[in-house]
Amino acid sequence: MTALSLFFILLLLLNLADASFFEASQAFLKSAFGGRRYAYLYVTISRCALITGMAIAALIAFRAGLINIGGEGQLVIGGFAAAFVSIYSGVTGVPGIILAILSAMIGGGLWAVLAGLMKLKLGVPILVGTLLLNYPARYITSYFVSHPFRDVASGMPQTLLLDKSLWLPFIEGTRLDTGFIFILIVYGFVLIYSHRSVPGYHAKMTGLSIEFAATSGINIFSTTLKTLAFSGAIAGLVGAIAVLGIHHRFTDGMLVQPLYAWTGIVAALLINLVPWAILPAGFFFASLTSGASGMERTADVPKEIAIIIQGIIILFVASRATGIASDTKNKEEGN
Amino acid sequence: MLADLFDPAFADSVARIAVPILLASLGGAICHRAGVFNIALEGFILMGAFAAVLGTFMLGHVFWGVLSAILAGIFMGLLFAEFHLRRPGDAIVVSIALNLIGLGLTTYLLRSVLGVSGVFQDEALGKITEINLPVIESLPVFGSFLSGQSILFYVSIFLVILLHYIYSRHKLGFWMRAAGENPLALKTVGIKPTPVKLLALVLCGVCCGLAGAQLSISNVSLFVENMSAGRGWIAVVIVLVTNGRPIPILGLVLLFGFVDSLSLRLQGFGFPQQFTEMMPYIASLVALIFVSIRRMKNLVGMRGYDNG
Repeated sequence: MTALSLFFILLLLLNLADASFFEASQAFLKSAFGGRRYAYLYVTISRCALITGMAIAALIAFRAGLINIGGEGQLVIGGFAAAFVSIYSGVTGVPGIILAILSAMIGGGLWAVLAGLMKLKLGVPILVGTLLLNYPARYITSYFVSHPFRDVASGMPQTLLLDKSLWLPFIEGTRLDTGFIFILIVYGFVLIYSHRSVPGYHAKMTGLSIEFAATSGINIFSTTLKTLAFSGAIAGLVGAIAVLGIHHRFTDGMLVQPLYAWTGIVAALLINLVPWAILPAGFFFASLTSGASGMERTADVPKEIAIIIQGIIILFVASRATGIASDTKNKEEGN
Repeated sequence: MLADLFDPAFADSVARIAVPILLASLGGAICHRAGVFNIALEGFILMGAFAAVLGTFMLGHVFWGVLSAILAGIFMGLLFAEFHLRRPGDAIVVSIALNLIGLGLTTYLLRSVLGVSGVFQDEALGKITEINLPVIESLPVFGSFLSGQSILFYVSIFLVILLHYIYSRHKLGFWMRAAGENPLALKTVGIKPTPVKLLALVLCGVCCGLAGAQLSISNVSLFVENMSAGRGWIAVVIVLVTNGRPIPILGLVLLFGFVDSLSLRLQGFGFPQQFTEMMPYIASLVALIFVSIRRMKNLVGMRGYDNG
């Protein structure tokens, strides 16, 4: 039933754009998984790394009952920090890459912790605090790359190009940057964290019932801050990967426009916060986005069709399994 | 310099900026009071703004534009109701999905139906008639605030008063409050909470649709991708800060209109655009922190212990 309604909506949308279903689906498949020497497939995998990373960031916070929808801000801060440190610290080569990634993770983590402190010290709900911090992150970095740290010669609001030694190398014999490997490591780490570690257990318990967790002697204050720092640091790492591996500079809006953070949240919700499923979900949404770009190029179907499909899928999935945390009362209050 | 800052055009711009946020906040407040945590206002407004332009363009008069905006808002409200009330979808998840659908669908239709990307502008698009009030229009400063606005300005002010009356005096208002605060009590007097919540979502759709119409066929007459640009989120914060009470909403929205117009003006004095664009969000954050601290203190004072 769900699949059927989705199919009809798809046909209707394609009809509005005057595209034939056959032509559009061919373009979709080619652009998601094919291309000359698999060029498009590599783009999909690259994108999958970013989306999966953002999905993991969302998942970690959501499992602890912290509705962190500020991944976008943490991502942008991380990306800018990576570009800034790479360009102005003068450290090159592998130490430079490590330094850039660390600063991105610290930047993203602190940005998330800020929202945690606003909740714990001032009572601002996490949902609203994290969301509102997206905008300062976006506008402050936009100001930085438009004025003080702008590459004036390029004519665009962006930083200088990174030194070549800081670019993440391609995997042997392919056009795939190594950013994906970082995300695979994080993926493995998160599986262990969620299922086998004490902090992960504490976070999960806090998410299931904050009263029970507090009664059992878990320090809610430090669990909240640690979990948010972890979540934000991963968002920051994703920003660093996008800068070091794909764009090699920070351009205004480059991490906001593709909706990486929101797609990540949607992916985490789709799988109902089950950690192992995050990688397939990330790949699914990355293919959806890549395929839609292909339909736009060859069949003249606007690529926003991917966003609509994401929304519809989530509506149907949400109506089966209730998402986020189990405690409805908490959610109604927007905590 | 002060005279440059606060002239009649400034008062006019406060009203223009305030109306869409006011309408959206009222819509959000109706849901909030009825116990529906609707944070999809951004998507609702965007659909309203697009439908207003599409309706005006296709049917040739702004009246049809406003009507289409209302219908688009109601459509979003019904979608929300289908997945949150009839099926057990989580309100936050449904909201996130509807925001994505609002953004995706309007951009998609802009490109596929109207055939442009980015901005749609056409001579056939009119503006909602502006109403000039005699006598009042000649008042200093307030004249250009109270007069010469679109009809939606007067509608929104009327809605504030109407909602205040309904919530404090009318049975319908009591039902809607009970649906949010104590659904069980509502059931014991023989009224099902779900239809009341459905009504709240539909009314929210009407308000947000009008907010969108004010954006696209009154403040300007064009549609831009992602035109709502965060106004829906500001409305969500305003609803949380005021706890959905209409009169405080009006006050806070006017304050926002003031801050926003001021920052637009400061741009003319050489302030970087990014800082002026950031102002409304910083203002929301400050308002939220202020109220949250006060609420925390009240809670501790009343019960003598912290309830988490």
